[in-house]
Amino acid sequence: MRPSVDTWSAFLTIARMAGVGIVTPQTMMVADSSDPLILESGREFSPVRVQFETYGSLNAAASNAILLLHAFSGDAHAAGRHSADDRHPGWWDTMVGPGRSFDTDRFFVICSNVIGGCQGTTGPGDTDPETGEPYGLGFPVVTIEDMVRVQRRLVERLGIRRLHAVAGGSMGGMQALQWAVSEPDAVDRIIVLASTPRPSAQAIAFNAVGRNAIMSDERWNGGNYYGREAPARGLAIARMVGHITYLSDESMHEKFGRRLQERNSFEFDFSDQFEVESYLEYKGGTFVDRFDANSYIYLSKAIDYFDLAGKYGSLESAFGKSQNKFLVVSYTSDWLYPSYQSKEVVVSLMRLQRDVTYTELDCPFGHDSFLLETDRQTPLIGSFLEDTDGPG
Amino acid sequence: MGPADVRFNYTRIASLIEPGSTVLDLGCGDGELLDLLRRERNTKGRGVEIGEEEIRACIRKGISVFQGDLDEGLIEYSSGSYDYVILNETLQALKDPVQIIREMVRVGRRAIVNFPNFGYIVNRLQLLLRGRMPQNNELPYSWHDTPNIHFCTRRDFTALCNELGIRILETVDLRRSRRVAPWSANLTATECCFVLAGSETRRSV
Repeated sequence: MRPSVDTWSAFLTIARMAGVGIVTPQTMMVADSSDPLILESGREFSPVRVQFETYGSLNAAASNAILLLHAFSGDAHAAGRHSADDRHPGWWDTMVGPGRSFDTDRFFVICSNVIGGCQGTTGPGDTDPETGEPYGLGFPVVTIEDMVRVQRRLVERLGIRRLHAVAGGSMGGMQALQWAVSEPDAVDRIIVLASTPRPSAQAIAFNAVGRNAIMSDERWNGGNYYGREAPARGLAIARMVGHITYLSDESMHEKFGRRLQERNSFEFDFSDQFEVESYLEYKGGTFVDRFDANSYIYLSKAIDYFDLAGKYGSLESAFGKSQNKFLVVSYTSDWLYPSYQSKEVVVSLMRLQRDVTYTELDCPFGHDSFLLETDRQTPLIGSFLEDTDGPG
Repeated sequence: MGPADVRFNYTRIASLIEPGSTVLDLGCGDGELLDLLRRERNTKGRGVEIGEEEIRACIRKGISVFQGDLDEGLIEYSSGSYDYVILNETLQALKDPVQIIREMVRVGRRAIVNFPNFGYIVNRLQLLLRGRMPQNNELPYSWHDTPNIHFCTRRDFTALCNELGIRILETVDLRRSRRVAPWSANLTATECCFVLAGSETRRSV
């Protein structure tokens, strides 16, 4: 019996709900000794291997590619699952897939791990071919711009001369801004969520506490701990601090309140644990299984160094060459990169008479909102990616 | 034009605008006016809007929009950065109409403001004969449930412009989309549209 139209459309609906399905990470060498990567610091560096995933298919003109840029602790696994029994989908799975914000029926979506990371792309945990030992702190200091330089090489090698869009939240948003500044002709549209043109002293301070926690763990040993016990305690504490900055007063109140774990009243013996404490312990504990302490140091430093106005004199001169279309979204409860910082970007683009749309979503989830507000972001991003371009 | 959407006749506004100019539309709603201006007058435009739903509609049309509250002013915009700044059917809903008019003539070479004329004869008669706040096609809301907090008559608005030293370059007065003579407009117009500019002396500074 042939399936009826109804059965077919029901099947399609289920397929869509299932997202992109099983995906396999890929790797590519983008720099070797004959063609080393020139870092922002001026240093030449090779080899560089990039881990990435793709979803959907590239059209014949290679004009439908979108590059997703992950946040601090993210990776190349933006969508789908790595195996049928994989419990956790990619970090932006709700946004990537057939019929989703980044519609894989129409777009070829790429996500790669950043340089300096620990999820497949070359980072401090990799072996230095010159010494045969892990780099550790011998790994060069990398910046947001260096991340973009690596991404540009990847994209070129995938046969894409111009991306339809780049999109990212938080540290990913910084990379998106950097694309507009240093590779404006290699991309059409820029989507920046919950990000900043330069982190404030407050944001740097939290990163500094995280780095201090790691470096104070004696197992860190000057970054030289590979093959031995990792500085798990220091890294867990760093993650706890970081995690607090991703939430908000309201979301923590909703989630934990002042409730105690496994008891109803105080025993006054320091064994009392608030729910929020055990949550942070859990978050810190699971993080050390998937993240490298040195990468934490390198990437958090890359964030702190990021300052477009400082580097180019002003935001206007930073974006001087960019003719891109921008969508900038901030979130009322994000106190790590508050809305006024996104507005600085938007205002300078408006002064340059650039095509920029800004919206501030009123939502309670803090900095993490960009990962959670799928229902409200989908129509914004979906429309931005496919608007009808008028002559203006 | 339904009663809930007392929008000025967009083509009237379009006819006031020189082709190829830059336009800032304050309270741009779903971006319909900017879309029309772009198509028919080849303008480069941007909207300011507070509603999330409206912003989505603007993005769908490919219109740049800034989510902002007009009651916070236009500090983001440098002086003389637009050819036209438009305030369409929004003046009467703002907390500080004087501030926004001053800002409009600062940011735009020209400002276009249109508002419902409270001095329209039907409004006057409703108040006089029934002793109730006017409620009709042009003013559809009840007094206690209305976004409109600063009504004025055409004459009130002219007086304000004189007080602020703002030049009135042109007016278009309408009764339900039909033009009426300026001399009778305070009594006969339902809608008034003013094209304004800052004072000559301030402009030359």
